[in-house]
Order: sequence, then structure tokens, then C-alpha cells
Amino acid sequence: MLRFSLSELLQLLKNFCFSFSGKMLEKILILLCLTSAAAGQLCKPDASDGYKVRLSIKTALGDQAYLWDEKEMFLFRSTMAYAMRGQLNQQFDVSNIIVCEETARVSFWFVVTSPLNTSNLVDKKSVEEAVRKHRNRINSAFLLTDETLEFEGIPRTLEAPFTPDTPPWLIVFGVVMGAVVAGIIVFIGFSVVQKKRKKNKKTPEDEDSEEEESRGKTMENGAANEGVYNMSFTDEERFTRI
Amino acid sequence: MRLVLPNPGLDDRIPSFEDLKRMDKEEGGDRPKWDNKAQYILTCVGFCVGIGNVWRFPYLCQSHGGGAFLIPYLILLVLEGMPLLLLEFAIGQRLRKGSVGVWRAINPYLTGIGIASMLVSLLIGLYYNTLIAWIMWYLFNSFQSPLPWSQCPLNDNGTGFVPECQRSSTTDYYFYRVTLNSSTSIVESGGIHWPIVVCLLAAWTVICICYIRGISTSGKAVYVTAILPYIVLAIFLIRGLTLKGAFTGIKHLFTPDVNELANPTTWLNAGAQVFYAFSLAWGGLISFSSYNPIHNNCMKDAMILTGVTGFTSVYAATVTYTIVGFRATERYDNCISNNILTLLNAFDLPEDSITTSNYEAAFTCYNSSNPDTVLGLDIKPCDMQKLLSEGVEGTGLAFIVFTEAITKMPGSPVWSVLFFIMLFCLGVSSLFGNIEGVVVPLKDLKLLPQKWPQEALTGLTCFIAFIISLLFAQHSGLYWVTLFDNFAGSVPLLTIGLFEMIAVAYIYGMDRFNEDVEFMIGYKPSFFWQASLRFTSPLIVVVILAFYLVTLGQEELTYLVWDPESEKFPALASVPYPSWINAAIFLLAGVPSLVMPGYALCRLVYVSCKNRIQGNN
Repeated sequence: MLRFSLSELLQLLKNFCFSFSGKMLEKILILLCLTSAAAGQLCKPDASDGYKVRLSIKTALGDQAYLWDEKEMFLFRSTMAYAMRGQLNQQFDVSNIIVCEETARVSFWFVVTSPLNTSNLVDKKSVEEAVRKHRNRINSAFLLTDETLEFEGIPRTLEAPFTPDTPPWLIVFGVVMGAVVAGIIVFIGFSVVQKKRKKNKKTPEDEDSEEEESRGKTMENGAANEGVYNMSFTDEERFTRI
Repeated sequence: MRLVLPNPGLDDRIPSFEDLKRMDKEEGGDRPKWDNKAQYILTCVGFCVGIGNVWRFPYLCQSHGGGAFLIPYLILLVLEGMPLLLLEFAIGQRLRKGSVGVWRAINPYLTGIGIASMLVSLLIGLYYNTLIAWIMWYLFNSFQSPLPWSQCPLNDNGTGFVPECQRSSTTDYYFYRVTLNSSTSIVESGGIHWPIVVCLLAAWTVICICYIRGISTSGKAVYVTAILPYIVLAIFLIRGLTLKGAFTGIKHLFTPDVNELANPTTWLNAGAQVFYAFSLAWGGLISFSSYNPIHNNCMKDAMILTGVTGFTSVYAATVTYTIVGFRATERYDNCISNNILTLLNAFDLPEDSITTSNYEAAFTCYNSSNPDTVLGLDIKPCDMQKLLSEGVEGTGLAFIVFTEAITKMPGSPVWSVLFFIMLFCLGVSSLFGNIEGVVVPLKDLKLLPQKWPQEALTGLTCFIAFIISLLFAQHSGLYWVTLFDNFAGSVPLLTIGLFEMIAVAYIYGMDRFNEDVEFMIGYKPSFFWQASLRFTSPLIVVVILAFYLVTLGQEELTYLVWDPESEKFPALASVPYPSWINAAIFLLAGVPSLVMPGYALCRLVYVSCKNRIQGNN
């Protein structure tokens, strides 16, 4: 794309430059050729300061996928310029981001030239830091995520898994244990109370059954009326006492 | 010609028919009673239907010929399981005592059988409750979204995940590292892992409160713990059938491979599974039927229980495999997508050029044109069969495969809670029978003071069991659980079952047994029952036992460890046991089995000494 615009510029210049002297035109032409050649040399696959970018638009967006054309590429270059401005505080422009080796996969290489000297490349480290700092903004410009907009070689900063302040399991455990312990106390208390009630019931019953036994015994002995009378006399005494 | 060993004094030790009639009329006595028949049936169903129905039977089914496995399973269910059930039910109902009391009544020399049952119940109960503790841990942690086992923790720089989690999977990491913090061998105990201690405490207190007054409390608890699993299984069945890949799973489970029927291992595994599924020889069933009214139809109960267990096994297997099929399909789809992406990235092709339908064709095309590049990509083939058969047994099924499948279902916390409540209920209802098989013999053996109330007995048993089960809270706890599972829960049960059948058929006497059954239910057991109890069932058990002992003696004892440094990681590495494990195995398997002849021998010596002393005097 750079080459197309260059040739258009050259054409314009050629048309514009009739009035200029031939030497000037030559110098301009040589300069332009050099820059385009230099640009071509700066961006190449496996460049030492370049990164490979891979987009998986259809995977991310399915039916709503947009077509990758030169408008999207312009957006990418301007987003990268924005990220570099944020990182290095220099006036990066769209022209500082050079792209090459585009494929149908939608992957390409890019390098960043320094605005101070367009033949120098910004080092890899700074580009990486710029991308990492602004990853979210870059992703959202394209409606993509860290996986679908890959910068090969730049690791993602992952979000830590969400850990609540009080572990929820402790809460559930507390509820269950509380219920169980309360249940145990209730059961033990209930059985203790029941036993006490049984004991209280037994003591008057015990006395009654003892009386019946002794009554039976005296009747068996057959010391008939007197024994019976004696018993009933003692019974009456007991009753009156009560 | 009936072969019966001489057994003098039997009539003095057991209640006669008149005694039983009188006891039935009075309806009194200290012995606990079931509130109604439903409680009894539900307790037995809960006891027999346990976690093994969910995570052992489906695995056996799919690995031994699918639908064809049902044939040996159902045959052995009827030939081996049902007669043994009738034996334990009838003997408990007739002699109206727990396991120690029953064998002591038949012949004092046979008390060893009851003691062995008690020891086995204790050992099994210890590790079984540890499994329930793990289930409770997962249950407690299911009340959050996202589920904690769906994410890996980050490493120090925040650029990637912890390597142990990255190389295996989130559910593997959560089970082996977060829940258990497993060490790399059974020798390295590594200290106590306190989350497990907390869960063990919860598990033992829940058991304690459910069984605190014996069957009067546990009989109420079973209304929930025995019925809830069936409801949850139904919910999971409906959910599972609507998931993608469910029918792949069910097909894999039930596709019959008739050749497996010729393999003896299939029949032996089916027999062993039937034996363990019915919780025979634990002593719990004898205890439970001793609380029945004297004229309860135990033969019908045995048949009902057999039917219910068989149905539940197949039902649970179906549900399990819908979920397993779903997970395998998810993993397979992911594998194919990853391979497609690798190919697209390597050859810079547009995204839609390779889809799942033309992946195979594209792969072969590129492999033939650029074999070196394709080799360099290290593309792993995606094997659906392998995915369907991996990790689908035991703890791996519940805590790794199922949890992973649940994280992929919408509304994961709900499904997780349901699943672990179901496992919890299945486990706890089995544990009731277990505790019964420990506490009642302790009472019968008069090891604890008679005056103590039931609450104190239960409390003390649970407390001591909790202290001992802290063994499983160590970092090597998983390996101890596997050790107990393999040795305490296999050979001793078979030996005890064998002795039980011999004792009833040849020492108690088959004639007497028939008369008892006739007195209780009105008719004698048919020829099928008599032949099974005398010949078929003991024979089957002897064969299975012999097979177990032979395999045990032949192979070197190894176990699987979670070792991030091993080459096979994330698969479990197979490591030989240390030499002192033989002592542990002897304690677990040898002591309960040898208690039976050992006790008889000791008693013989004691009695002959006493006679000699008396004779001298």
C-alpha cells in the first residue's frame, strides 16, 4: 500500500515538478526510492524488532464477522500508533507503523519506526510493553480477545481468578456443623430430660408395686382376715398421711 | 443325604418357635423395631445402593463388553447375590441378634465370623467416610460461581498458569493439589492437610447425629438419603439426554461385545461386583433384619432388593454415561479445533478453509505435500474412543471427569450441588449399615459397659473412628484410601461370605434353615434356593476368592501416584509399594480373615484347658 501511495506521489511530483530543475527532481526521486526501499527492508518476516500479528475474526464473531480490508489495516496501524504514543510519549503517526507479509489467514508482520528518525526501529521491548499496557483498548477496537488477536511472542497478562474474601465453603461448612451440633445437643438434652421424667414416674410406682407384693404375700400366708386388716390399716395410715 | 456337622446345644442357644411366638405377641422388649416396612426396605436399599453403583459398575460395564456385561452381571446377581441375601435376612430375623450374636448362637466357635465382620465394617467405614469427606468438600465448594475447579491459579509473573495446572487440567489440579495436596508416594506423609480434617469432622458428626439413637434416628434419615439419589439421577438423566454427545456415551456403554463373555475376567469381575454391591458379610444386613417382625417375608425382600440393585446399577450407568459422552465430545471437538487452528496458522490459510468436515482430507493433503512442516507441528490425533474410556472409574469419575463436564453445563453450581448431594446421600446411607455393623457387635461382645445409652456408644465409636481416619488426612491420604479399598474391601469380605454360607448350610443345617423359613413365611425355600445356598453360591465365591489370591500373589504390588515430575505426567505413574506394605496388607486383609479360624482355635485351647483343670479337680 505504501508503494502505491509512493508511486502516486511520484506521479504528482513528476507533474508538479516540470518547473523544477532536473537535478532537484533527481534528488527527490532518489530520496523517495531510498525511503521506500528502506521501508521494505525494515519490515520483513522474522525481523528482529518486529512482531507477527494473527487475527481470528470469524472464530471470535461468527456471523457478525467483518471483512478484513485496508480500512481495518489503517485502524490497526492507528491503534498501534496510539499505543506507542502512550508508551514513549513521542509523536508517533500512522506512517510509523509499517506492515508487511499479509496473508489470507489475516496475519502480518509489523515494525515501528521512531518518529525522530524514520530509518531507526523502536526496539522490541518497548513495543511489547506498549502492547501489553494497551491490550484491552487494542482488543476492543477490533471486538476481539487476547486469543483471537494474537501478538506472537507477547504473553498475555492474565486476570487472576476471582477469590472472594471469605471462602464460601467455610460459610456452608459453618451452617452444616451448626445444624448438626445443635441437633446433637437437642437429642442428648431430650434423652436426659426423658430419663429424669422416667425416674420421677418410677419412684411412686415402685412404692405401689411393693405394696401389692406384700399384700399378695400376706394373703398367701393365709393369716386371713387379721393379715388383711392389718394391711388395710397400714394402708389407711399411709393414705391419711399423704 | 444331608451333610451336617454335629452341633450340640444349638437349641439352648437360640430362641425356640414358642419363644418367638410369645415375643411376637408381646411386642415388647428392649430390641429396637422398624416403624414400618418401608423404613426397613429403604434402609436396605440405601445400604446396598452406594457410590459403587455410580463409579464402579459403569466402568466395569463399558470395559468388559458393554451391554454384554449385563448378562454375567444379572446371572450372578440371581445365582450368587440373592441366595446370600436370603441367608443373611433369614438368619437375622430368626435368631434376632446382630452379627456376633447370631454366629455365637449357631455355635460359640463361630463367633469369629461376627468379629471378622465387625473388623471389616470398621476398616471399610474408615476409608468410606473419607470419600464422603471429599464429597462434602466439593459440596461445600459448589456454592460459588464460577466453580473453583474451572480456573487455574496464575503463576508468579501473571503471564501464565501454574505449570502443574497447565500441563494437566483444572479439575486434576483442584483434586490432587488443592483438595488433597498429594505427596508423591505413600511413604511421604507430608503432614496433615487441614481442609480434609475439617471435612472428616463434618462427615463423622453427620453420621453420629443420624445414627445417634440407632435405627430410630437413622430410619427417619433414610427417607431422604435413600430416595433423593433417585430423584437427582432422574434430573441428571433428563439434563444429560439433552446434552450434545449423550448418545455417543450411551452407545459406548451398551454396545455389546459378545467376545468378552468368553473372557473369564469378565465373569470374575461381575461376581466380585455383585458381592460388594450387596454389602454382604458386613454384618449390617443381619442386624437390620433382626429388628423385623418374626413373620416378615424375607424371601420377597431378598428378591425385591436384588431387583432394585440391578435396576439402579443400569439406571446410574446410563446417567453417568450421558455425562461422560458429553465431556468426551466436548474434548474431541476442542482437540479437532486446536488441530485445525495449528494447520491454519502454519500454512497461513484463511479461517474458513478447514472445517471439522474436511479436516481429515486437508490433513492428509498437507501431510503428503509438506510432511516435514506437519511433523514439526506435533499434531496429536483426536481419539474419541480413548476419550470415552479415560478416567471413568472411581474417584477419577466423580472428581475429575464429572466436575469437568459440570463446568461446561450452563448453571454449573446448581448441577454441582445436586451431583454431590446425591453422592453424599448414597454414601451416607451405606455408612448407616456400616456403623450398625460396628456398634451392635461391640454391644454384643460386651466390650463397652452395658449401662451406656445408645447415644454414648454411637458418639464414642464416631469419635474414635474420626481420630483413626486422620490417617487419611495426610498428604499421602489418597494412597492409603486406595490401599484400604483394594485390600480391606476385597479378600476379607469374600472369606467371611464363604464361611457364612458354610456355617449356615453345614453347621446350622439346611433342614433347620428350611424349617425356620417355613415358620417365618409359611413355606419352605424352593429347590433353587437350597441348591444355591449349598452348592452354587459357595462355589462361585470360592472361585472368585481363588482368582483374587492368585492374581495378588503373582503380580508385583504397584499403585498409582500423582507425580508432577514423572514422565507420564499428567497420567498417574505406576510405582511399586515399599516393602513394609506387606505388613499393612496383612493387617487389613489377613487379620479379619484369620480371626475366624483363630478365634475357634483359641476357644478350643481355652475350653480344653478348662476341662483339664476341672477334670484334675
